Amino acid sequence: MAQSTLSLDRQALLNAEKSRYSARQVANQFVAGLLLALTVISVLLLVSIVLVVATQGLSTIFPTVDGHITFNTDYFTKTGVPGGSTERGGVLNGIVGTLEMLLLGAVIAVPIGLGTAIYLSEYGTGRLANVVRFIIDLLAGLPSVLVGLFILLTLINSHIINNSGLAGALGLAIIIIPIVASSVESILQLVPNELREAGYALGMPQWRVVLQIVIPTVLPGVITGVILALARAAGETAPLLLTTAGSQLFLNFDLTKPMTALTLQIYEYATSPYDEQHGLAWANALLLISIIAMISAAVRYITRREQYDS
Amino acid sequence: MSAVPSVSPGGRPVSRLGNQIFGGLVRLSAILVVLLIVGISALLVIEALPSIQRSGLAFLTTSDWDPNAIPDGCTADQVANAALTACAKGRFGALPYIFGTVVTSLVALILATPLAIGSAIFISEYAPRRIGDIISFAIELLVAIPSVVYGLWAYQLLSPLMAQTIEPALQDTLGHVPLIGALFQGPTTGNDILTASLVLTIMILPTILAISREVIRQVPKLQKDGMIALGATKWEAIRLAILPAAQVGITGGAMLGLARAIGETMAVTMTIGNNTTQVTSSLFNQGYTLASGIANRVNESSGLTFSALAELGLVLLLVSSSINLLSRLLVSRNLKR
Repeated sequence: MAQSTLSLDRQALLNAEKSRYSARQVANQFVAGLLLALTVISVLLLVSIVLVVATQGLSTIFPTVDGHITFNTDYFTKTGVPGGSTERGGVLNGIVGTLEMLLLGAVIAVPIGLGTAIYLSEYGTGRLANVVRFIIDLLAGLPSVLVGLFILLTLINSHIINNSGLAGALGLAIIIIPIVASSVESILQLVPNELREAGYALGMPQWRVVLQIVIPTVLPGVITGVILALARAAGETAPLLLTTAGSQLFLNFDLTKPMTALTLQIYEYATSPYDEQHGLAWANALLLISIIAMISAAVRYITRREQYDS
Repeated sequence: MSAVPSVSPGGRPVSRLGNQIFGGLVRLSAILVVLLIVGISALLVIEALPSIQRSGLAFLTTSDWDPNAIPDGCTADQVANAALTACAKGRFGALPYIFGTVVTSLVALILATPLAIGSAIFISEYAPRRIGDIISFAIELLVAIPSVVYGLWAYQLLSPLMAQTIEPALQDTLGHVPLIGALFQGPTTGNDILTASLVLTIMILPTILAISREVIRQVPKLQKDGMIALGATKWEAIRLAILPAAQVGITGGAMLGLARAIGETMAVTMTIGNNTTQVTSSLFNQGYTLASGIANRVNESSGLTFSALAELGLVLLLVSSSINLLSRLLVSRNLKR
């Protein structure tokens, strides 16, 4: 008698456990499905933007004329035309502006960024180094419109410089400095101390240890960090919007005069009412994204190869 | 982090000149970086002073933004002669800008965080490794896409879609629900707070996703494997062994996304409307954010208006910097453990 109640209880328990188990399995499956759905939504959203930019941009750079795909040289060789014009415009002035301002910005910012990185990795100890690291974080997170506002309020409003390519380049330099400093610092930290000590054992002074041992050891990584920072700066708009006052119609190589840039052209053409100008904006977007994608892929290739080497 | 030897092993003193020059240059660049942030902050404070003196705390709590307003108790003559003194014209309240920034960033955070965390868990725990790697590479690329490109996409495609389809549909369905309905009132222009929030959602999604995935990947798998060996389902093991350890870092990632949303300028400027400084409960309001206000008004400003814009910049600097630093603290604490 007692035996059978016990087995009955055990059966009930077993059944309860079974139904709980299946409930847990259902929950497990449900969450897996939910996570898959969330991932699909995220990926679709992001991929759709890239696809739209690619198709719209390609149709401007490689327009189809009479069923043949042609190459639109005007896009690269002409400057903007007034809205509603029958002529086909281009973005040569934007390409020139972006290249010149980026180059000058890099010339100003890269030495400062590298110096700061070397200071943090090789010299900095204690409180000051921590303050500098903290400040680099602050600068890297600074809303870029504030960089433009800073240049405008200091240099332009006090008539030290005009709205010009120079002002834009200074803005880009402030964007580049913290990115170079933090990425290069983390790369320099990877150099094993034994290498430095070997240098000192041979009687090398510290500056030669840094320049002839530490930096050459991780040179590809250092270059990668710098290039990534430049790619970021090439996509900046807000600092230029407040400082360069560029015109879409004229080609200008002079950095002391107003200049435009690829990103500024996207902003102005996107919000204009003319389809022709929309096409130029999409083409610029495609150009910028392609450059960034190629740099990222190259960086990935280089860093991966380095991991295999060591 | 290495010691500087003063003599070479042979006992011969090492030439100090090169060391002094190089060390000096390196320290100089570090000091320049410090001066840069000090300079930016100090300058914003100095430029904002006239506006702070004029408006006081009312700057943060009132919503009237009129560069041509005549101050109380001043005659037209006094206004004409005044330069940044008590009778300089203009009345400035930053509430609409602060309100727009808070609403757009919070809506973006609420929408982007579940998508990002869900995708991060799926990519690191469910998807095959190769597919996970490909998606992660694409996501890292998307973090680097310039914000003006998101703005172009939103202005050309999202805004018309919002104006013609989504916003009328929202108004017809949710617009009559009590309480929530207040969010969907007014004309559906497609250039409003809701559209700006959606663009920000898409922009901060890759940021939060990339950091969450990195944090989840760093959690040791031993406890999770142990739970599964004891009969836990996969989700139970993730929920109890992975997520608690990753929680702080994921929070930090979400806050980094929030900081990005608060400081974002171009995409928001192109989609939020920049049309009214009225603060309303509707997401269809064509408002401003702090950043879009600065970008929009700076080229038409002078005198006291410049000072008021500098004060907007100061508010933006304080808010975005504190959130940014807090988030970096959280992420680095989680990754170091």
